[in-house]
Amino acid sequence: MPYTSDKPKQAETAEELRARIPGWGADLDPKDRPSVPKERFDPTLSGAHWEFPERQEEKWPRERSIEHSMLTPVFGTSCPPKGLSGVIRKYAYARYSEGRAAHWLLLVAADRVDTAESTLRSFATLRPDNPITQTGVLSEVRRHGWSSRVGRKRVDTGHQLLDPIIVGAPWVAAGLLGYAAIRRLTRGRR
Amino acid sequence: MRAMVYRGPYRVRVEEKDRPAIEHPNDAIVRVTRAAICGSDLHLYHGMMPDTRVGMTFGHEFVGVVDEVGPSVQNLRVGDRVMVPFNIFCGSCFFCARGLYANCHNVNPNATAVGGIYGYSHTCGGYDGGQAEYVRVPFADVGPSLIPDWLEEDDAVLLTDAVATGYFGAQLGDIVEGDTVVVFGAGPVGLYAAKSSWLMGAGRVIVIDHLEYRLQKAKEFAHAETYNFAEYDDIVVHMKRITDHLGADVAIDAVGAEADGNLLQHVTAAKLKLQGGSPIALNWAIDSVRKGGTVSVMGAYGPLFSAVKFGDAMNKGLTLRMNQCHVKRQWPRLFEHIRNGYFTPSDIVTHRIPLEHIAEAYHMFSAKLDDCIKPLIVPNA
Repeated sequence: MPYTSDKPKQAETAEELRARIPGWGADLDPKDRPSVPKERFDPTLSGAHWEFPERQEEKWPRERSIEHSMLTPVFGTSCPPKGLSGVIRKYAYARYSEGRAAHWLLLVAADRVDTAESTLRSFATLRPDNPITQTGVLSEVRRHGWSSRVGRKRVDTGHQLLDPIIVGAPWVAAGLLGYAAIRRLTRGRR
Repeated sequence: MRAMVYRGPYRVRVEEKDRPAIEHPNDAIVRVTRAAICGSDLHLYHGMMPDTRVGMTFGHEFVGVVDEVGPSVQNLRVGDRVMVPFNIFCGSCFFCARGLYANCHNVNPNATAVGGIYGYSHTCGGYDGGQAEYVRVPFADVGPSLIPDWLEEDDAVLLTDAVATGYFGAQLGDIVEGDTVVVFGAGPVGLYAAKSSWLMGAGRVIVIDHLEYRLQKAKEFAHAETYNFAEYDDIVVHMKRITDHLGADVAIDAVGAEADGNLLQHVTAAKLKLQGGSPIALNWAIDSVRKGGTVSVMGAYGPLFSAVKFGDAMNKGLTLRMNQCHVKRQWPRLFEHIRNGYFTPSDIVTHRIPLEHIAEAYHMFSAKLDDCIKPLIVPNA
């Protein structure tokens, strides 16, 4: 009870726990654990044979946080910024620090623009985006979607109903906009 | 090569991509033999992580065979079987020299608040990940380790993140003998954190989730006492009741950004992206732990603000400890524990899925179908 000074009694003794649970107490000493102390200065431990790494070649102007004083010597080269989303991303990096919500909100906005741009671009290829195969929704049949949800005490089934709306709404909106545009064009010709 | 590719929120596919090339003298190219989907990959998949670009390949848990090395690589040879920590790190910056490999300052130009992570958006450096046939591995002399002969590939791939992170989470709890530890989340990290809490001498380990099949695994794999929060009006009050109204000594958040249990928090974070994450498990941890106790945060959150109950944390005098795991620091001790038979990481693997079917694997894992706990990806199945 917290209203007195006693700590609640332990249900099982150390001997009982050691007998029941393989490895119980193997790391009992708090000082003898791999992440203790938190900081352990030893620059030779990692295997690095450099004081400062050689620099990777910068093949295009690499966007970077303004909280960095320079481009890091090594960086990822996946998916260089492109299109309108690329413009938004470059602006977010050049203008706002990581401490500003605008930085992250612009990057999230760029992600949504990127999705729209990429989907449109895919229609000009031999492999257009396919929401059925890409969402993996057919696994609802193959992986027991019904019995995985119904009759179980799980709390996420309610908001999972929002997922098809999140995925489907942009496609429906794009379809309606396309239909409206075609109608306007055909009316204009008449 | 064949690789998983992100196409937008809730959409991925397998595409033909260029095989990665050596871009730095200390790079290696690794042919992936086993990868995994991590719970934190779902934050990318759901479009929650800022600067997740269409075309990126995810995957920060993978093992494989060295296929090519750069001219300055000394410690690896072509043909070596390697396990690669999810952290990309240089080994020589201010932070790496102090063992804080997850906080390396030389690998992520996009942000200073987080280090480099394979396949985890440009916010984490813009590196493609290992859910592919091949992957570029920077600082090959520093990150990867040879897979010991006695270690199964399915166990090795889990050591590249989930096992090490769970074990690290228990360490950050500063557990002392006899402590009561409550773990929020019975996913892979929560299961390993619960198991690790016993290694550190916990007297009682409690696991909370809403998925019965995962709680069952927590009982079997982690010998834990379990509670389904969906059965209680207020899980915090229940935690107080079962701990003599004192609260647990240590609480571990092993859920992170997409926690369930409060519709408003979940929808504003996971669906509307108005928070960096839904901090329900973290708030329950703050409220369930005793005054003066420790909360260890292993759940991953995005960089935007989240509605965390810092007032309660301050008033209770809590110690909040957190970081991405410095994976390689954990391996020597974890190797010992696995060799001693204390646990087998792959006991929690539920699915092994060919790379070509990865879209279905993501949906199954995301929607928690087929009693999925941990899906592994096999590139050349």
